[in-house]
Amino acid sequence: MRRPAPARTGHLSHARVIRAPPPGGTVWTVATTTLVKGARATRSTIAIKLAMAVSGFVFIGFVLAHMYGNLKAFAGHDSFNEYAEHLRTIGEPILPESGLLWILRLGLVASLVVHVSAAVWLWRRAQSARTVKYEVTKRRHSSLSSRTMRWGGLTILVFLVWHLLNFSIVKVNPAGGATNDPYNLLVDTFDVWWMSLIYLIAMGALAMHLHHGTWSALQTLGLTGTASARSRAKTAGWIVAVVVAGGYSLVPLGVLFGVITK
Amino acid sequence: MNLTLKIWRQPHATAEGAMHTYAVGDISEDMSFLEMLDVLNEQLLGQDEEPIAFDHDCREGICGSCNLMIDGQAHGPEVTTSCQLHMRSFKDGDEITVEPWRSDAFPVIKDLMVDRSAFDRIIQAGGYISANTGSAPEANSVPVPRDQATRAFNMATCIGCGACVAACPNGSASLFMGAKITQLGLLPQGQPERDSRVVGMVGQHDHEGFGGCTNIGECTAACPKEIPLDVISQLNKDLRTAIRNGH
Repeated sequence: MRRPAPARTGHLSHARVIRAPPPGGTVWTVATTTLVKGARATRSTIAIKLAMAVSGFVFIGFVLAHMYGNLKAFAGHDSFNEYAEHLRTIGEPILPESGLLWILRLGLVASLVVHVSAAVWLWRRAQSARTVKYEVTKRRHSSLSSRTMRWGGLTILVFLVWHLLNFSIVKVNPAGGATNDPYNLLVDTFDVWWMSLIYLIAMGALAMHLHHGTWSALQTLGLTGTASARSRAKTAGWIVAVVVAGGYSLVPLGVLFGVITK
Repeated sequence: MNLTLKIWRQPHATAEGAMHTYAVGDISEDMSFLEMLDVLNEQLLGQDEEPIAFDHDCREGICGSCNLMIDGQAHGPEVTTSCQLHMRSFKDGDEITVEPWRSDAFPVIKDLMVDRSAFDRIIQAGGYISANTGSAPEANSVPVPRDQATRAFNMATCIGCGACVAACPNGSASLFMGAKITQLGLLPQGQPERDSRVVGMVGQHDHEGFGGCTNIGECTAACPKEIPLDVISQLNKDLRTAIRNGH
């Protein structure tokens, strides 16, 4: 008894039919008339999205841990600085000084490269998928945060550069004071109202990015296959956004309102 | 009712197109949107002008041929197909903009007609099950749980109209693929080719030039058959499983 032909062979026989000369040859204007042979799952748009989702989860883990550290500012000067110092000595003596920190940094840089390159790739792809724009568009069924992922993401990236210059790589103290004391650098920075404003605006952008990003990553990973799972994932997006952006914002607000002082 | 229509006119695929403005009068609110366009075309023929080309077939909302972007919404303001949209959804004196689906994978053939054969090729690339010909097998020999059969049926209601692509800011056809992947994935007959199906369909989708999904949800809101966003999750899950299985 003959077994049914495998799917791949099926593709080829159909491809021959499709390549037949067009009838009349006048309005045969399809973008492509070929069937793909030997498609690979790992080279698909969805594989890129998976990379985006996984690297996004790395960042969610990072911002939660970073936020926990920031909130130590409410415990006072010594507690905050001790935490900052402990980050550098954790894992010793098995690891060298700042060893674990560097492992984490490399992981974050790798995730950033993956996340941004996937975003650029998908952005360009979306642009070439519709080169003629609509005269009128009404997008009423998508959230603002979902439609601002790309520009919001860029905003966060610009903020990230600024933030690293401010607190890590260069260390800028807008009050002109010392930069070798993490707690004092934090209080001096947020004592300047416009510095606090920059950070609060960035947290707004981060909240919007996380609101759609969390749900979108769960959907990309295929974990939202039912209506209730989808609803839970959207709730998770709200929770992550509010907890992260709210938690971070407490510190500059605490400085501005005089709860955190030198 | 009297209406002003702004309609995309393009003589043929490679010609330049532009929006043209037309006035139609004496439109009954019980007419469908396509019947209103029929009235306009009668009027144009009477004036010795080229009638507006638009796709249509069953006019019952089940064939998926009619595809119009009406005032910036795929199939217009109601959750239905353009043929089942009635003029009672509009007011006397309205100005209505009508455009073809905009997607580079759906090139314009003429005026409001686009070539959606990219969808046929996505289905050809894996959206089927292989079955032996010959006498039909005993229908009850392969039991399918009732809820799965119902869900599979609901996903099979996709008519391939392309509204999901038209509404998507990224021009992605993920909802279309997801509906077929979910339908066949729920049934025992869909299992043997499950991995090669998703890989083939997604590969063809990417090859046709559709964009990537960003889970925005405009597609499901535009879908006249109300295919839910869950199917894109299923599509992603099936592709992830295919990667794990070495595809």
